[in-house]
Amino acid sequence: MVETITLGKSLNHGLRRALEDDAKVVIMGEDVGKLGGVFRITDGLQKDFGEDRVIDTPLAESGIVGTAIGLAIRGYRPVCEIQFDGFVFPAYNQIVAQVAKMFYRSLGNVRLPIVIRIPFGGGIGAVEHHSESPEALFAHIPGLKVVSCANSADAFMMIRQAVVSDDPVIFFEPKRRYWEKGEVDLDADLGQAFPLHKARITRAGTDATVLAYGPMVRTALDAASAAAEDGRNLEVIDLRTLSPLDMETVYASVKRTGRAVVVHEAPGNLGLGAELAARITEECFYSLEAPVLRVTGYDIPYPAARVEEDYLPDLDRVLDAVDRSFGW
Amino acid sequence: MANGEREAGAVPLPAPGGAEHPTPGGDAPAGGFVQLLTPDGERVDSVTTADGMTYSVDFTDEEYRKLYADLVTVRRLDAEATALQRQGELGIWASLLGQEAAQVGSGHALRKQDMAFPTYREHGVLYTRGIDPIMPFGLFRGVDQGGWDPNEYKFNTYTIVIGSQTLHATGYAMGITMDGKTGSPDGEAVIAYFGDGATSQGDVNEAFVWSGVFNAPIVFFCQNNQYAISEPLERQTRIPLYRRAAGYGFPGIRIDGNDVLATYAVTRAALDQARNGQGPSLIEAYTYRMGAHTSSDDPTRYRIASEVESWKAKDPIARVKAFLAKQQIADDTFFAEIDESAKKLALDLRERVLAMPDPQPVTMFDNVYPHGSPEVDGQRAEFERYHASFEGSDH
Repeated sequence: MVETITLGKSLNHGLRRALEDDAKVVIMGEDVGKLGGVFRITDGLQKDFGEDRVIDTPLAESGIVGTAIGLAIRGYRPVCEIQFDGFVFPAYNQIVAQVAKMFYRSLGNVRLPIVIRIPFGGGIGAVEHHSESPEALFAHIPGLKVVSCANSADAFMMIRQAVVSDDPVIFFEPKRRYWEKGEVDLDADLGQAFPLHKARITRAGTDATVLAYGPMVRTALDAASAAAEDGRNLEVIDLRTLSPLDMETVYASVKRTGRAVVVHEAPGNLGLGAELAARITEECFYSLEAPVLRVTGYDIPYPAARVEEDYLPDLDRVLDAVDRSFGW
Repeated sequence: MANGEREAGAVPLPAPGGAEHPTPGGDAPAGGFVQLLTPDGERVDSVTTADGMTYSVDFTDEEYRKLYADLVTVRRLDAEATALQRQGELGIWASLLGQEAAQVGSGHALRKQDMAFPTYREHGVLYTRGIDPIMPFGLFRGVDQGGWDPNEYKFNTYTIVIGSQTLHATGYAMGITMDGKTGSPDGEAVIAYFGDGATSQGDVNEAFVWSGVFNAPIVFFCQNNQYAISEPLERQTRIPLYRRAAGYGFPGIRIDGNDVLATYAVTRAALDQARNGQGPSLIEAYTYRMGAHTSSDDPTRYRIASEVESWKAKDPIARVKAFLAKQQIADDTFFAEIDESAKKLALDLRERVLAMPDPQPVTMFDNVYPHGSPEVDGQRAEFERYHASFEGSDH
């Protein structure tokens, strides 16, 4: 059954399926039960699956992740919700020092199939700590896998794939796109799914490759539509997986187009764009017509809501970078 | 059960950090609390707890009227802020409705030299400290991130990440000790505000450990408003919160947080103990969040109307009004005047909020580092160049 539903509702459906498919899956977080989460991503799940499987936790992020580790050792598959990006840091110690290293430390004896869902990014007019993009802080840590969905269909499948993965997965949700609708096949079989750790060409093009993920995929697609009016045919790749990166898809594209622009909301300094630029340069040097360019947030704390539109990469800034690439 | 508490089953409880409290009226939770003014406006002369502390207040009529005026004013300003948010003039608002007594009482208990570390809901404390109520509106309107000079106002910036400020407050209090500013009635003390939800955070528990170990001059003031967004108190604790103090080795006491007199008396005593060098204490102000967690929240999803109604009967302001009228400390003319002056203040606040200019986008590059940074400076220049390139276009 194909339905047109929001990205947030798609996640809700995906989580419901995950709970149905495996009795060991538990959801835990602040306000995820009775309230259904502050973004309603877990709406109705506690009612249908009970308080033991959809757990309103004490208000303690380190506790959420720390106890998820124990549950996972015991054979459960916890799906943790961190309410907002900027609230993950009390749990950062548990994630970096424990979640990421347990498999390695235990000589492969202990798997931690934990999913940590984090609504991330700006654009919703929020106060401090509610608009951050900390994905690079997790992608940098060996032992973690990091993904981000950008549309309803991927939201539905990727959250299910993350839950069945034996790796700990940090799952970044583009909160300002929660309300965007897309077609979702609610009967889709997990076995037929597009692989979780693979990038996807979302718009085929020939002149330059725009690399984006999460909330910026929509921005990149809008930029590509605008560029088409000027006769430029941009290819847009939705990276989907931030650790590991799917570089084969990226290399093949850049070798065809000769130009690459990376877009993300997070600050540029040591962000995903830096890693992508380095790898593209190493692998595609002789195909490049211009340096890999980045369109990112600035290297400042996330600013006040009234100026965030000037902070966030937008269609114009993406097109400006494309222009600069062609002007090289 | 939403307002009640879960006792620890058959396991004997440790001796409480403070005292079992006399239970004055029928409205107290199990274990009682310190109450000096009942919901009906009856004055309790004094309360002596099991550990021998006696609490009372000795206000002049004028001081009673001032307390009432402050309670009414902070509620009126809060209502104006809620309206401004509904009208799209604020991005979000965290209402203090129902917690006026806990905030005005504790705020007045601070002496001039004392330092306060608020959460993001302490608009009433801020007002009571004599600070212009406009100050936090930059944060809620989205024109800044809530910036002011904490040392100028003896009032730290609002802290959004739950519980973080309790450690900052502890460190500040340690500094007071290191500076030799305790041990006398002129000494300094710190008050750290937080809520029932925050007591689950590691930071708050670490703050309790540190303040105990270093005998820091601090009062942990927990407004137990019964909810952390949707989660009721029993999701955070299985014993009354004030009893947690015992495990950390300092006194804990529960007060009727809707009673401005008890709040004042107990907080003043605790701060004075701290400034005298007697170390930390925990006050649990038992109150109720009458509104939503913030304007983004819908409390009808997780609590029933009858519960809210039962708390309306314990309103922090109605009892003061009843007391003032009964004691003939104030009359209807006074009450009308206060309503009028609060309304004027609220309308003035509204005008000034609406007049707040949007920041120039380029200012987002300010204040990243005290002495700047070549990289940020470079990005600022690039930002200006980029925006200048649109001049003359319809961008």
